[in-house]
Amino acid sequence: MSEVVKKFMYLNRKAPYGTIYAWEALEVVLIGAAFDQDVSVMFLDDGVYQLTKGQDTKAIGMKNFSPTFRTLGDYEVKKIYVDRASLEARGLTQEDLVEIAWEDFETEEEIENIVEVIDSARVGELMNESDAIFSF
Amino acid sequence: MSILHTVNKSPFERNALESCLKFATDGSAVLLFEDGVYAALKGTAVEPHVSDALGRLKVYVLGPDLQARGFSAERIIEGISVVDYAGFVDLAAENGKVQAWL
Repeated sequence: MSEVVKKFMYLNRKAPYGTIYAWEALEVVLIGAAFDQDVSVMFLDDGVYQLTKGQDTKAIGMKNFSPTFRTLGDYEVKKIYVDRASLEARGLTQEDLVEIAWEDFETEEEIENIVEVIDSARVGELMNESDAIFSF
Repeated sequence: MSILHTVNKSPFERNALESCLKFATDGSAVLLFEDGVYAALKGTAVEPHVSDALGRLKVYVLGPDLQARGFSAERIIEGISVVDYAGFVDLAAENGKVQAWL
């Protein structure tokens, strides 16, 4: 464990499958887990489509990386934020999104779902509070 | 000669759909695929735009791309037809030309 813990934010604004951004972001989050930082993942704009339930890519011949999101809690990701206005513009609600659980293996503290829908003003604040933003 | 217009970009990120709907003449066919399928969903900010176009254009959406993104046919705006890859080929064959709004 490094002495300095920084707040890392991974900010996602692209839909899955149409471009490689979503998959690349997920790869970087998983790699970044090795650095023991305070990590959050933010979904804005078309990025909210990454979290939809029931993705099934067998007919398009691409890897379905949606199940990997459900493991993020095991990769140091403490918080997942979704912009409410982005959901609303797309006719979506939190019901349409996957749930992601989190557990601290040392303290056995558990959180059933770390996906939190927040207002745009809060998105801006959280960006300000971050030490580093990784943009996708 | 009729044109099949294809849109593969999200309507929230690019103006491909907007331009397509602006320039496609009455009776043309429009196929939404890849990230373009998001335009076919009910309850979005672009639904009024798409619904208006349904009065004068035939709109199709590619099923496999919808399924990949987690949406079933029930989420689609009424009047839009879901097609599979064979249907995509048929549309391309039925229309003399294809204009891809990339």
